Amino acid sequence: MNAAEIARDVSAGRVSAAEITAATLAQVQAVDGDVGAYLTVLGEIARSSAARVDERIGAGERLALAGVPIAVKDNMCLEGARTTCASKILEHWIAPYTATAVARLLEAGAIPIGKANCDEFAMGSSCENSALGVTRNPYDLARVPGGSSGGSAAAVAAGEAAIGLGSDTGGSIREPAAFCNLVGFKPTYGRVSRYGLIAFASSLDQIGPLARTVEDAALAYDIMAGYDPMDATSLDRPVERTADSLRADLAGLRVGIVREFDTKALGERSDALYREAYRDLERLGAELVEVSLPTANYGLATYYLIAPAECSSNLARFDGVRYGLRVEGADVRAMYDNTRAAGFGPEVKRRILIGTHALSSGYYDAYYVRAQKARTLIARDFERAFAQCDLIACPAASCPAFAFAAKSDPYSMYLMDYYTIPMSLAGLPALSVPCGWTTPEGATLPLPIGLQLCAPLFGEKLLLGAAAAYERATNHALAHPAQIGPVRA
Amino acid sequence: MTPDTIDIRYVATLARIALTDDEIERFSKELGELLGHVRALEELDTASVPATAQVVESRNVLREDVERPCLDREVVLDGAPQRQGGFFRVPRIIAE
Repeated sequence: MNAAEIARDVSAGRVSAAEITAATLAQVQAVDGDVGAYLTVLGEIARSSAARVDERIGAGERLALAGVPIAVKDNMCLEGARTTCASKILEHWIAPYTATAVARLLEAGAIPIGKANCDEFAMGSSCENSALGVTRNPYDLARVPGGSSGGSAAAVAAGEAAIGLGSDTGGSIREPAAFCNLVGFKPTYGRVSRYGLIAFASSLDQIGPLARTVEDAALAYDIMAGYDPMDATSLDRPVERTADSLRADLAGLRVGIVREFDTKALGERSDALYREAYRDLERLGAELVEVSLPTANYGLATYYLIAPAECSSNLARFDGVRYGLRVEGADVRAMYDNTRAAGFGPEVKRRILIGTHALSSGYYDAYYVRAQKARTLIARDFERAFAQCDLIACPAASCPAFAFAAKSDPYSMYLMDYYTIPMSLAGLPALSVPCGWTTPEGATLPLPIGLQLCAPLFGEKLLLGAAAAYERATNHALAHPAQIGPVRA
Repeated sequence: MTPDTIDIRYVATLARIALTDDEIERFSKELGELLGHVRALEELDTASVPATAQVVESRNVLREDVERPCLDREVVLDGAPQRQGGFFRVPRIIAE
């Protein structure tokens, strides 16, 4: 069941939050051995949360997410629960407080089912960088779920939650949503508080929902969005509700198709699917206009300086003193060196090293400052494009879900985020919505692909509204069921 | 810009990460290649372009300087690898 349906039924007393929670935990029991979405299943916390929700409903309270089971990416704090960032350095750390985004969902009646696997410290595009577990794509268990919010995506796709919480730095919500046949939504930078989100790259990180429908994503966003005094970068400006503004058509909208994003490069089948998606937008009443993002091609290079630079600074806090792992050494210096050597995996080390290099004396201007200037050019490209259109449509990922170990070269993995990074650098709201199925060479099962839609800053209402119209008209998500061994989601 | 080389040993010292010889070899190669890719930024004319610090809006965030509850000290210290009484326990830093 979708989140909206669950909330309606629980609110109306047709089913209890306890029953929904028991059914969801049973599904976790049945499929998570194959899927591996969760690092920690929160059975007890889930059951007591459900009991409290049922009490509140019984007392006449109205809760927008009554009884909705959620998967929380394991880089977000939930008081009393293990919060690992899928890293050995935090493997046994218990969070002493709850992230604002999580707290708001729980206050609205959501039930935390578990802490979901991800790439270590959210660095990766396949979940393969997790140091603590393997997550498989519910649509083809031989393939990755995407990343970094891959556990949250797999949990929702496998019926182990109705909403997944993800964080997106360069595409970490949108790419796994595309791989797992979901809607994945990254709001405008600053819309959702990051208090309690363990920081990776602070000028880019943003929390958002993964869900089976646009309506569900909108419901979760409406609850999470808004100013939080605990996050100085959260935006102190009014939030427009989105869930009651979902559109039936795109009449009067101009949708920009990016000249530089030639989908022919993605292969014949994907090219055909994206062309069909653009035609569907037109059929819904949108006027297609060609726009240009001449510097978008520099997005990857810009991102792979800025994000590691910020990561090298943020992850300095893991020093073997205040939280998590400590490995002793001859002196304090050796203790730091040994703790971080044992605690971080290869991709995290790579990014800390490249970021440290880019910020080091003699290289700062050549790398970091130049990247921050390129970022300005990329944001200006979008400004110019949005003078000609209301939304931009393009692919969400460079390919469908790939097999494990298929992208062993780091740079080939980085290319996964080619289409999502420019929006992140510009702080723009963007989402991925299912747009069809393909069975690429070597695959035995049809795999979903995602259409990315992007709006100007603060354009969440228009963005989700338009995505709902596209979803309603095409309904690609329902074409194939997830294939989880003998069990189907 | 700068050559596509990176002195991994030096950078690892700055980053406080002990690396094995295998890691030094592997990261030197991989990160050298990545630096080759980011060289593409040299093609952009950024001479008169301001650097982005904040993408959305930047403002000073101020609040009244008043006491308010903080995290429970016991709970926080329990998350530390070593504690002693009400303190984080650290290795000896100043020689006798």
